[in-house]
Amino acid sequence: MPPFAAVNIRELIRPIGQLLLFSLGSASVLSALVLVLALILDQTAVGLHLHDRYNVSLATYTLVNLPQVVIDGLTIGFVYAAIALGYTMVYGVLEFINFAHSEIFAVGAFVGVELLIALDHTGLLRSASLGMAYAYLTLALLMGMAAAGALAVTVERVAYRPLLGAARLVPLISAIGVSFLLQDVIRLVEGLTTGQFNRIMPTFGNFDRRIMLGRLALGDTTVPLGISVKSIIVITAAVLMLAGLNYLVNATRMGKAIRAVAQDRATASLMGINVNRIISLTFLIGGLLGGAAGVLYALKFTRIDPFVGFFPGLKAFTAAVLGGIGNLTGALLGGIVLGMLETFAGSFLGVFTMGAAGSEYKDIFAFSILILVLVFRPQGLMGRHVGQKA
Amino acid sequence: MPKTTLSLCSLLAAAGMTLILSLHAVAAEPVKSIKIASQSPLSGDQSAVGVDIKRGAELALEQVGKPLADMGFKVELAPFDDQANPDTGVANAKRIVSDPAILAVVAHFNSGVHIPSSEVYHSSGLANVSPGTTNPKVTTRGYAEVNRVVGRDDVQGVVGADFAASRGVKSVFIIHDKTAYGQGIAEFFKKRAEEKGMKVLGFEGTEEKANFDALLSPVIAGNPGLVYFGGIYPQGAVLFRQARERGYQGMFMSDDGFDSSDAAKIAGQALLDGAGTYYSTVSGPASVYAGAAKFIQDFKAKYNADPQPFAAQGYDAMAICLKAIEQAAKAKKGEVPTRAEVTQAIRAIKDFAGITGTFSFNEIGDPTMAQYFVLNVKSADPAHWNENSVVETLNLAPPK
Repeated sequence: MPPFAAVNIRELIRPIGQLLLFSLGSASVLSALVLVLALILDQTAVGLHLHDRYNVSLATYTLVNLPQVVIDGLTIGFVYAAIALGYTMVYGVLEFINFAHSEIFAVGAFVGVELLIALDHTGLLRSASLGMAYAYLTLALLMGMAAAGALAVTVERVAYRPLLGAARLVPLISAIGVSFLLQDVIRLVEGLTTGQFNRIMPTFGNFDRRIMLGRLALGDTTVPLGISVKSIIVITAAVLMLAGLNYLVNATRMGKAIRAVAQDRATASLMGINVNRIISLTFLIGGLLGGAAGVLYALKFTRIDPFVGFFPGLKAFTAAVLGGIGNLTGALLGGIVLGMLETFAGSFLGVFTMGAAGSEYKDIFAFSILILVLVFRPQGLMGRHVGQKA
Repeated sequence: MPKTTLSLCSLLAAAGMTLILSLHAVAAEPVKSIKIASQSPLSGDQSAVGVDIKRGAELALEQVGKPLADMGFKVELAPFDDQANPDTGVANAKRIVSDPAILAVVAHFNSGVHIPSSEVYHSSGLANVSPGTTNPKVTTRGYAEVNRVVGRDDVQGVVGADFAASRGVKSVFIIHDKTAYGQGIAEFFKKRAEEKGMKVLGFEGTEEKANFDALLSPVIAGNPGLVYFGGIYPQGAVLFRQARERGYQGMFMSDDGFDSSDAAKIAGQALLDGAGTYYSTVSGPASVYAGAAKFIQDFKAKYNADPQPFAAQGYDAMAICLKAIEQAAKAKKGEVPTRAEVTQAIRAIKDFAGITGTFSFNEIGDPTMAQYFVLNVKSADPAHWNENSVVETLNLAPPK
């Protein structure tokens, strides 16, 4: 293959195809599961309890709610997937879990949101046309990415590289230390500059608008089905990032170098690859993705604080392990599956247990699946096949 | 080197002289130093309210601390930050009780923090007056040291449910934040709502702060007339906003934890859309209190901002502590009173004219008569939060 071959179309389309497949697959599996459960429980006390309050049968209730649950599950799943890629990239190359990634995500969110708040104070946001609103959002995304990317590279240089030869546990502890340090640095900086560290994404553009796809009849009322513009932005941006990363790793020279370092650091170095540079690059890519995910997260969920990274980070890490850590495609699958599971559990748990265990227990559900997967398939759903390893 | 030794000697001698002189000065003019501690969230989610509680107390010390100063006392405020966190509150409480100069505490804002912290105050007999904790348990343990200047959740939940019923609400979905405060208030709301014949579609607790999508599915599907949230605004406002984004058009209602301009900053227009947003509170905006007009002026002049809710209660809690210390000191002919004497003096206060009401405490530390309000959010602009209109005011005694 000539070194500057034309764009490798296959590598561009493949991840999008995979995403579609994973989304449809997990959506239909979970939907089927929930529907079967609903049909079984319909004639029992559970069905009667629901009928008493909502005036519909359990099966109808479940069916009518399904489309919205799938949309919500996908949105959060893509956010998890984008963060999970950062964990998986670093694990693939260094075989170590970068626990500071959740704070790198948080820093991205803060930089993006602070920029937008500053723009809001100048009055630019309120008067912005639709095009300009998107331009500002893109700017915030880029700034969040740049800050998070730079931070990730710095953290690697300062806290991990000196420990490259040390036992596996040492950089892990260092990563946890960096994670706590960064949380408090954000707290300190926000406390000193703005006096409060509870930041709120300004409202502008048409991001909050909801595109209605229709209304589904449910007993006496109708249930609206729709997707907000910001969810579409989140999904689109995540798909673009995932496809871009996949292309970079699997179809470019740089990606080849990354894969070589992942397979065998010493040999790669003998082949003339600058291993330290490639490791920095891995962190830079992970940081860029994490930063973008942070800004998208803030856009979707409005409010951020210095500990905002903790739960999404933990879930994304889980997603990476679920899919098979070190495996890019696995991170996508893990993210989507986890997001779906969580949303399905959260939406239907309350109804199926007659309110005894509500959506607050959604995480138990998601994490028990993780335990089951790890027990029966320790390498994760996709495993760690080396050709894919980033 | 003899020269150095000499100069060192003279230096020491001079220092010694100064020490003796200063000791002498102290003996000649004794300053009786007293501290009153405050505990409220000065950092974190709820710092907007917590900081203003401290400021209210600070302002009270300046304005009504004169009688004590005239008696030769030097009264200082020792502010502590409980971060709205029980662990931090208890750790601070231990530091507070170990300082013998502290005779009373103005604390806390959160019931979940006040309940464990007051165990520490109780163990060393230190009086505490809360500007804003509303869980019944704060006082029902019957501690002599614990007092509050506001009403209770078991009444507030009932006020909320009665109001909803009076607006013709037929069905409600109740969500709470799983804290002693939020869940407590939600349970009282639920009980009363059922008594009033409302259909309770769901009762759910959540610690979620960002993604309410899953939780909202059964809410949207049931399309209740009211969504009630028992908890604090950083969660409640995000929840309400996401519910509106998903097309819910009914009424929102919450409790006094919702009463912060940050709620409008988070949820904005979503609070005004549909059937609007209401919240019950034990603390009206400072402007509804006849006695608080001057307080608002002075507060603005000193801190260059409108007082947040509970700032005026912080002022009153401090004023009550000062009054009690003054009376205890008078009874001892100007000597520094003990903590036990201050504790008794607070309960002995009758019809104290504060800026948010007239206070006497019953045998467990609840005010004998407390005011409850229901407010309606009027503007999406956080700067206009103080203009939320009072739609109902009730004077109620604590339940027996």
